Amino acid sequence: MFYGVELSSRLLLGTARYPSPKVLADAIQASGAEVVTVSLRREAGPERQGPGAGQSFWSIIRSLGVRVLPNTAGCHSVKEAVTTAHMAREMFDTPWIKLEVIRDDETLQPDVFGLVEAARVLSEDGFEVFPYTTEDLAVADRLVEAGCRVLMPWGAPIGSARGLNNVYGLKALRAHFPEIPLVVDAGLGVPSHAAAAMELGYDAVLLNTAVAEAGDPVAMAKAFAMAIDAGRMAFAAKPLEPRDMAAPSTPVLGKAALGD
Amino acid sequence: MRIFVNGDQREIEPATLALALAALGYGGKKVATAVNGRFVPVPARAATALNDGDKLEVVAPMQGG
Repeated sequence: MFYGVELSSRLLLGTARYPSPKVLADAIQASGAEVVTVSLRREAGPERQGPGAGQSFWSIIRSLGVRVLPNTAGCHSVKEAVTTAHMAREMFDTPWIKLEVIRDDETLQPDVFGLVEAARVLSEDGFEVFPYTTEDLAVADRLVEAGCRVLMPWGAPIGSARGLNNVYGLKALRAHFPEIPLVVDAGLGVPSHAAAAMELGYDAVLLNTAVAEAGDPVAMAKAFAMAIDAGRMAFAAKPLEPRDMAAPSTPVLGKAALGD
Repeated sequence: MRIFVNGDQREIEPATLALALAALGYGGKKVATAVNGRFVPVPARAATALNDGDKLEVVAPMQGG
């Protein structure tokens, strides 16, 4: 449930880096995702590239009937992110915005100070902000104070395929914000990473590169969807806590005495 | 006059943003605009005059993560 919108799929899928528009469309359908992320980029005039790359991309997305979550990818300042969000709201006719304010180009680590400020400005202006953040509790608290009703901590740096770098931090965030929808956004590589996030009680997973750059993006999209369902089901079924010593699963009582 | 369209220098007749977009071939397209870093919504394009040296950004939906 994001800002009052109930969804049945817990997978949010990015639309970048697919080998072709057809594979993109097939992967979205195979994933069952009801929300896909999109961006805004400079559109060349018709003298440069026919009808315009953006126009044909948009017609594919529209034909799939999915909800869009526009991002502010690549923005490095509050001003840039806020202006981009306004352009996105007009373009996509949605108050949803995946807010990214990036500080470091190597790790694409968010500038959490700019993020909180931009989240406040946008929330006051009626946007429904999905902030791409770290697992830092204090930052998360500031984001909620700023008006965010969804938090999207990274699993690992964008595109790194490392999985959940800080399970402890993600667990603490879940425990601290039981009522706020939490989405692990970025850094996942394989479906087991997504299942692990769901087993921690996360509400959803947002990924892109792990599907788009897989050898078979359509099959991988399906695999992620299944892992997310499995992880969610496991969370609901209350998994065991790990322990240090063995605990025999077969009853000891009634074992035949066969030794010397 | 000279303006910058998505970073490229262009010569256009003095005009409003709405007229400039049509002249630049963006008429009827799904685009969003900003002038000098400020968002200009569709309804404001006709009343937004462009000045020499203005930086116009014209963006469209694109793949994103």
